[in-house]
Amino acid sequence: MRQYIVRRLFISIIVLFGVSVMLYLLGRLTPGDYVTSITAGNPNITVEMQERMREVYGLDKGIVEGYLNWLWDALRGDFGLSFLYQKPVTEIIMRYVPITFTLAFSAMVFEILLAIPFGIIAARKQYSRTDYFIVAVALVGISLPSFFFAAILKRIFAIGLGVLPLSGMVNARAGYTGWARIADIGKHLVLPVTVFVVTGVGGLLRYVRTNMLEVLNADYVRTARAKGVPEYKVIGKHAFRNTLIPIVTMVGNMIPGLFSGAVITEGIFSLEGLGNIAIKAVQSGDIPYLMGFNMFIAVLTIIGTLISDILYAVVDPRVRYS
Amino acid sequence: MPESDYVTSMKNPSNIIEFDNLQTYFYTDAGTVKAVDGVSFDIPMGKTIGVVGESGCGKSVTSLSLMRLLQGPQGQIAGGQLRYNQISRKRAVDIAKIPIKEMQKIRGNEIAMIFQEPMTTLNPVFTIGSQIDECILMHNPKISRKEVKVHSVEMLKLVGIARAEGIYDSYPHELSGGMRQRVVIAMALSCNPQLIIADEPTTALDVTIQAQILDLLRGLKDKINASIMLITHDLGVVAEMADYVVVMYAGRIVEQGTADDIFNKPMHPYTIGLMKSKPVLNEQVERLYSIPGNVPNPINLPPHCYFKNRCEKCVEICSGVYPELIQVTSTHKVSCYLHAKPDMSKYRVIGGKRL
Repeated sequence: MRQYIVRRLFISIIVLFGVSVMLYLLGRLTPGDYVTSITAGNPNITVEMQERMREVYGLDKGIVEGYLNWLWDALRGDFGLSFLYQKPVTEIIMRYVPITFTLAFSAMVFEILLAIPFGIIAARKQYSRTDYFIVAVALVGISLPSFFFAAILKRIFAIGLGVLPLSGMVNARAGYTGWARIADIGKHLVLPVTVFVVTGVGGLLRYVRTNMLEVLNADYVRTARAKGVPEYKVIGKHAFRNTLIPIVTMVGNMIPGLFSGAVITEGIFSLEGLGNIAIKAVQSGDIPYLMGFNMFIAVLTIIGTLISDILYAVVDPRVRYS
Repeated sequence: MPESDYVTSMKNPSNIIEFDNLQTYFYTDAGTVKAVDGVSFDIPMGKTIGVVGESGCGKSVTSLSLMRLLQGPQGQIAGGQLRYNQISRKRAVDIAKIPIKEMQKIRGNEIAMIFQEPMTTLNPVFTIGSQIDECILMHNPKISRKEVKVHSVEMLKLVGIARAEGIYDSYPHELSGGMRQRVVIAMALSCNPQLIIADEPTTALDVTIQAQILDLLRGLKDKINASIMLITHDLGVVAEMADYVVVMYAGRIVEQGTADDIFNKPMHPYTIGLMKSKPVLNEQVERLYSIPGNVPNPINLPPHCYFKNRCEKCVEICSGVYPELIQVTSTHKVSCYLHAKPDMSKYRVIGGKRL
């Protein structure tokens, strides 16, 4: 097992290298660099001034040289200064990651807590009204665009009923401290998390349902019943342990998706998270931040798949890595 | 549900099970499939009864009805009684009506089942030991953890597994098919059942292992004095194991009797066909006999004898209503007009050719 993990980590380095090359290429090839975007519409800027600014930002160098410079610095832990914020990229990521993480993690916990029981109920009562209802709701969730759903929620709960804040992370005017501040943050997170959960839970739920259906028809479930095992234990123990195998793999792969999915939702709710900053960075061509953010997602993806592969071996005795 | 709804009395107290006009239907979108339609036979205590027939004739459905393991909501017992002589509680119950809570106490404990596919019958994520333990613990809640393990290991030894302690901690995927089937048998026997239902226990195994498993079952039956309901399409297995034989065709019994009756004096053309299609050692045959035609569509069964279209001996009256079971001797029954009391010679033979 340890040997397997070490080998996987070694392969990960190669993967990350490839990812960084692609990201840098895409970032630099995007038309309109940072200098063009900040000087746009300013008639006093001459072409010479633009060239000087490019030199300052290091955008005058070719793609290959620019990449090698970035790589050399990155290998030593220096991801450069964000053009927009004029602060080290690592500092910005460290500062804003808690918000995105809180959002993504609580959304994931709720998604799992909803998807597993409802998926099992739907499978247990296949083709019943309950099943159709659950599957229909899940499908509506999958089909709803997050920006549209967010707008509806805001209209109803923030503007119409006025029970929840419209946007932002804290109530700036109140200046809460301690528990009151945490409660305030929680209140601000209700709508974004709801958007996440409603639009994201459907996929997992349908996956749980399909797997449960397959497992419920398996011979060993019939064997359990034939042994006289009561139905709640047949489902909760014999069937569930087997459905867990594919679910665990899927949940590991969900982690990076949650972070990148935050881009739109954070923007709508004006949450100062990594995703929201990433949008601004894309719009203005902030290469160092984009590189840092995307590499962060790439690392998460690799960790996510590694975790799911390890968990896979934990829940399925047939899987052994050597 | 009050007890009076499902407590009944046996016709013959020396039987363990009495199937009485059992009807098990599957309600599908295409129509009602009468998988078992009016099957009646008894399983005497301590005897082995073989149920034979080709695939889809309703033999497995009969046994699943007895375990109440039909795939609901489509599969349901539509009628008839399934009387079970529950010695442990000195009563007889109708399994067709018994509440599922009561049935759970019977399953695995008093009536155990051995399934056809040892490769998929065991749960892949639990150890062999925990799966046998579970069965014992379920029906003997007072037993201590330590005793359970001792008993489970003992069961593994009983079914001829050497190194039982090691196998106890193994997972199913680490064992061969024959070993797994032994584990399934150990599991079925772990609570000393009154009746063992063996649904094609040797079909998925290779021939040498088949013989071992059959020997094992026969030996165990004598050891624990249980009855066996052996479901198979392998006549050789039946000849070797069974005291009584029931031949099923398209959801109904076409012939039943002692093993001697069926093997030495088969009467129903279907049974005779089955016997002819069995390979025999030291006999040169060009081509093994096969019964012509196919089983009729179970959704739309004809009003006459279901075997008529494949029968080589069918006569005019065969187009009439489905023939009743005729008592030929005190043990032998057959459902065929050829053996009905009136003189058959006056009927003109219309069959005889392959259709």
